[in-house]
Amino acid sequence: MRLSNKGVTRLSLLFAFIFWLLLLVVDLLTLFGQTHNLNFGIPSLLPKGMFILFIINLLIHFRYTITKAESVNFLDLLWKVFVTGLFTTVLSLMIRFVFSIIGTSALAKNELIVNFFYHLNIGLIMIFLISTFIAWKRLILYQKSKLLLRSWKFFEYALVGGMFFNLLGYSLFEIPFNIVFGILILLGIVHAFNLKWVAYLNFRQKWKSILFLSLVLIYLSYFFINLVRYSDENPLVFDLINDIYVLSILAFIFLYSVFAVLVIFFNLPTSSVFEKKFAEVVSFQRLSQSIPSGQNEDQVYEILLDSSISAVFADSAWIEIMDNNRHITKTLTRNLDHNKIESIKSAIQSEEIKKILISDFEPLRVPAKTTGVLNGSSSYRSILTYPVVVTSQHMATLVLLKEVSDGFDREMAGIIETFVNQANISIENFRLLNAALKTERYKEELKIATRVQKSLLPEKLNTNEEVEISAFSKAADEVGGDYYDIYCNDKNRLTLVIGDVSGKGTSAAFHMSQMKGIFHSLVQQDLSPKEFMVLANSALSRCLERSSFITLSVYSINFETKTVEFTRAGHCPTLFYSRKNKTAKFFETKGMGLGILRNSEFKNYVELNGFQYDSGDIVVLYTDGITEATNANNEEYGYSRLKESLEKHAHEPPELIQKGLINDLYSFSDERTLSDDYSILIVKFK
Amino acid sequence: MVEIEVNSDQGVYELIINGEIDASSSIHLDNAMSIAVEQHKKQIMVDCRSLRYISSAGLGVFISYLEDFKNNKTQFVIFGLNDKVKHVFELIGLDSLFIVVPTKDDAISYLNDSQA
Repeated sequence: MRLSNKGVTRLSLLFAFIFWLLLLVVDLLTLFGQTHNLNFGIPSLLPKGMFILFIINLLIHFRYTITKAESVNFLDLLWKVFVTGLFTTVLSLMIRFVFSIIGTSALAKNELIVNFFYHLNIGLIMIFLISTFIAWKRLILYQKSKLLLRSWKFFEYALVGGMFFNLLGYSLFEIPFNIVFGILILLGIVHAFNLKWVAYLNFRQKWKSILFLSLVLIYLSYFFINLVRYSDENPLVFDLINDIYVLSILAFIFLYSVFAVLVIFFNLPTSSVFEKKFAEVVSFQRLSQSIPSGQNEDQVYEILLDSSISAVFADSAWIEIMDNNRHITKTLTRNLDHNKIESIKSAIQSEEIKKILISDFEPLRVPAKTTGVLNGSSSYRSILTYPVVVTSQHMATLVLLKEVSDGFDREMAGIIETFVNQANISIENFRLLNAALKTERYKEELKIATRVQKSLLPEKLNTNEEVEISAFSKAADEVGGDYYDIYCNDKNRLTLVIGDVSGKGTSAAFHMSQMKGIFHSLVQQDLSPKEFMVLANSALSRCLERSSFITLSVYSINFETKTVEFTRAGHCPTLFYSRKNKTAKFFETKGMGLGILRNSEFKNYVELNGFQYDSGDIVVLYTDGITEATNANNEEYGYSRLKESLEKHAHEPPELIQKGLINDLYSFSDERTLSDDYSILIVKFK
Repeated sequence: MVEIEVNSDQGVYELIINGEIDASSSIHLDNAMSIAVEQHKKQIMVDCRSLRYISSAGLGVFISYLEDFKNNKTQFVIFGLNDKVKHVFELIGLDSLFIVVPTKDDAISYLNDSQA
């Protein structure tokens, strides 16, 4: 079973009380035996054993009740020690008082009574000594090093050793006693110099600490005098003055208190400087941490304003926040009326400071002189200004004011500079973070767009026994402007389309989806390719922006007659391979792009063409991304290379032809440098 | 990248295009063209002798002013196209909508003739 902390503290206190009670009973019995010549057979070591157990339980109790020292609770710790001291001293004084009332009577001479009261004192003194010892231990081990922890352990073991040394029965001023006592005192002195916590007290706390520590010294003196007097005046069965442990602890506590008082006292004049530095560090931290906690830019300025005021002890301050056009959008003030700002500005003597205020300086070079004097009706006599420059843009101006002249020295200007720089970083980080989030969102949107657009291109190309088709398409950006589609009019007829929207990227992608809509509505009307183009041009003329156009080729294949009718509207010339001739050629036909000529004249600029095919012939549809692909020497891939590539691969099935053509393209120009969308469709007749 | 020089002496507004016109640089061409249209220039000629490449977006700029030229009765002539650019013009059918001539002299004489 494990005891909770609360259980341990209660149980140890109970045991301490029991052992103290046993000590009392044993000692009184011994005394009673001595005076009445009775032998109770009590071993002489028994009371000392009881005393050791009493102390151990007290140590355990206070170990759990006195918490770790942290910079916020040094005074609490001292306060607890002071209160414990007060409580025990008052009780001890009450005992003295009772004693003095009965002082003349026979009772006061009764050894049993004397020893009873002395044991009460033992209890009180030990409570005070042990609790103070633990408190001092906490203070000493504040910001402990490994070495300090080790030497402190050694000191504690030495003290425990002293506790058992008592069992040998030496009393004060005997040589072995003095040697051990001397060693313990030396160890105590060594550790009494660990006063790091003093540095963390502010001015007020230092004064309070001196007060509490001085009272602790008084309690200690009182208890010591009390012990000596008891020892001198009365026959005692159990004399604490001969206990090396008690004396060592008392001496150590006393020494530590004296050192602490002296160190605090001599630290008093410098404490304001230390406090200031500490406040700077804290402000700095707040500035640098202000962004991750989800604060906005205004809050950074608020923190900058407050930190700057406290760092240089300014009387008043303001900060002007500007928009991108250097118009003041917001003014934050501290201890200052908004309408006083203008009169203060007019009282500025230094030209350089005026320039900062009206933002007349190079953003990358902040003026060197930032402090100045004020002459005017206002009560302020010195001014410090500093511009907040984020990504080489003047974002805000910090102004600090003091009522004394020459109130800002160079060091203060330096501190403000560091603060402002930290604020700059915070604001910059804040913006970067926001920008990154935005970009991330756009990326997600684009991913969706890519997916949607992919679905616009037919995933599967319906083929029948007459023809086999393989397609490939790649966009330069996330979305592209290349379009191809297929439609089975009936079992003998198939319509194919390939197109390229002018421009690229998002706008091209939008127009491509419009093209798809137009294709699917027109293709069902069984139009000739030329009629298709005329209607498509008319439709696109109504929805394309003026600078956009679409190049398109439409093919209508008739498997029964083995003929292909087609119309080219500004698109790349069709590449045709004849198996019989084993050569490929481009169809040189006339045709204007869609959306260029937006009136009825358009029909005069497109023509209906046709050809016959045989089994094994190939038609290649492609976009200009293929022929206009350039290599490192800025040469275009061109028509002849495409033609040769087709002739090389013509005997293969369509899928391999398509792969062969793309591989030939890639061996000419690096895939990564291709900056346009490119698509290719291989149509092979069976 | 592209550099567009404007020469408007002698009443003819001349655009001299130097470099490549792609989607991003087509905006410079558009700016120069829109200035000419806003100033109601009656005669515009475009010197493409140093135009190495033009993308569809660049062509779109020319196309977008077709209507303005027609409405304002502006004479618009393009000259000095290299083979590559000329091919693109022909492929899309722009050669039948714009006056495209080989040399500057041809362009000037076209403008003079149509004025007379």
